[in-house]
Amino acid sequence: MLKVKDLFVAYGQSEALHGISFEGGERETVAIMGRNGMGKTTLFKSLMGILPVKSGSIEVAGSEVSKEESFRRVAKGIAYVPQGRMIFPTLTVEENIQTGLENSKTRRIPEEIYALFPVLYDMKRRKGGNLSGGQQQQLAIARALVTEPKVLLLDEPTEGIQPSIIKDIAKALNEIRKLKQITIIVSEQVLSFAMDVADRLFVIEGGRLVLETARADTDVSRIKQYLSV
Amino acid sequence: MNFSDLLNIGLMQGFAGLSLFAVLLLMGLGLAIIFGQMGVINMAHGEFMAIGAYTIYLGSQLTEQYAPSLMPVYFPLAVILAFCFAFAGGWLIEWSLIRHLYKRPLDTLLATWGISLAMQQCFRTFIGPKEVSPTLPDWLLGSWAPVSGLDIPRNGMFVLALTAVVTCGVLLALSKSRWGLRVRATVSNRVMANATGIDTRKTDRLTFAIGCGIAGVAGAAFTTIGSTGPTSGQLYIVDSFLVVTFGGAASLLGTVVSAFGIAQTQSLAEFFMPGSMAKMLTLTLIVVILMMRPQGLFASKVRR
Repeated sequence: MLKVKDLFVAYGQSEALHGISFEGGERETVAIMGRNGMGKTTLFKSLMGILPVKSGSIEVAGSEVSKEESFRRVAKGIAYVPQGRMIFPTLTVEENIQTGLENSKTRRIPEEIYALFPVLYDMKRRKGGNLSGGQQQQLAIARALVTEPKVLLLDEPTEGIQPSIIKDIAKALNEIRKLKQITIIVSEQVLSFAMDVADRLFVIEGGRLVLETARADTDVSRIKQYLSV
Repeated sequence: MNFSDLLNIGLMQGFAGLSLFAVLLLMGLGLAIIFGQMGVINMAHGEFMAIGAYTIYLGSQLTEQYAPSLMPVYFPLAVILAFCFAFAGGWLIEWSLIRHLYKRPLDTLLATWGISLAMQQCFRTFIGPKEVSPTLPDWLLGSWAPVSGLDIPRNGMFVLALTAVVTCGVLLALSKSRWGLRVRATVSNRVMANATGIDTRKTDRLTFAIGCGIAGVAGAAFTTIGSTGPTSGQLYIVDSFLVVTFGGAASLLGTVVSAFGIAQTQSLAEFFMPGSMAKMLTLTLIVVILMMRPQGLFASKVRR
């Protein structure tokens, strides 16, 4: 579904990603683990078209998107849940979800979204900015899901969220994968969360992927070593 | 002069202020939408108003010449046409010039000022330097006198109704339509709006064009209370900026209230003192209030 090959990204003269290649298959969840400043967010932003790609290719369901603007990538099947949620604070919960319906024919919010996140239904008239962190995270996921993506990108979905809600989000992600049969790429620092959701794990270090393992044969202590400061 | 005379004069001056309020509100509305959406201060806004005013003039000339029997009905059609012309002009200018300058806000100021001068010269060259007035249909002339001594001009009432319709339409469109949702999402977070699938560039262009179209309607309204010349737009642009700043940028309710305040102060003061003194009084009041509330009357109170 998602094929990334030799991706180089630079901020002006300083190169941040030095040739990243990985694939996410259909119905697969891939976790990208790494400490702060190792290039996780840079990778996600460049996949989404927020940062320009210096060279390399990004393919979604067989079509090349690395030169496209963000909104065209959304139409081709990538959806993005950014770090820090970035919901629209001045819009109501319902309106926040509706922003994702740009390419939908009916422009109606599918009922399964509220089934997945019942709390959003209860709060749909509230301003997005008045929700708690966990609720905002669910809102950001809902907003991404209504675009009917083939690939869902989540950048540190557990950051700043209380442990009980982290469990809920892991459960929701597994449900989404079963329901929608999509590829999920998630970046994380919390290993337990990644082990709950991911089929394969990568470790990113200094702008390179340095380790790849399937969940079953993950050497937890080795990954922990990479994640410790 | 007794009390009822004074009351009537007050009402009539107040009503004259309402016509000014209508033009200022429509102008300010367009400016505020454009500024809120993309942070562009449109110095050519007054010329889009002039486009609207000239459209009405053109409409009246053509109707008079070719279809005099249609005189009573041409005006509303010409108002719609005024919106369309100004809309098209705005679309063209956004596409050809402004979209290349979004990352350079000061340059947009210069560029739109340049456009304003160019457009003024175009009016002078192609339409003529003299001020023109359209022939208004009969139903817009005269006044309505509910009691003797109190004359409410009909054109003023028409302008007021037109403004109410346009303002409500814009507010409704912003809060309910898909375009409005796109605009509010983009204003809230441009990058993220793009990443949820919204074509922010197209939204920019449409918003700029709609802002200019509203200026065109303002110009149409303006023809009923004054005559149009190449520099008519320029006379109103400063006041329109004042309306936006005073109301608090990006607050449309603020725009309505401040347009009302400025127009009424100006119009009531004009009755008791010469025009330029009245202007000075208005400006002094605005300066003093802005010193106490630099964010304008209504700044939005949402966490960002």
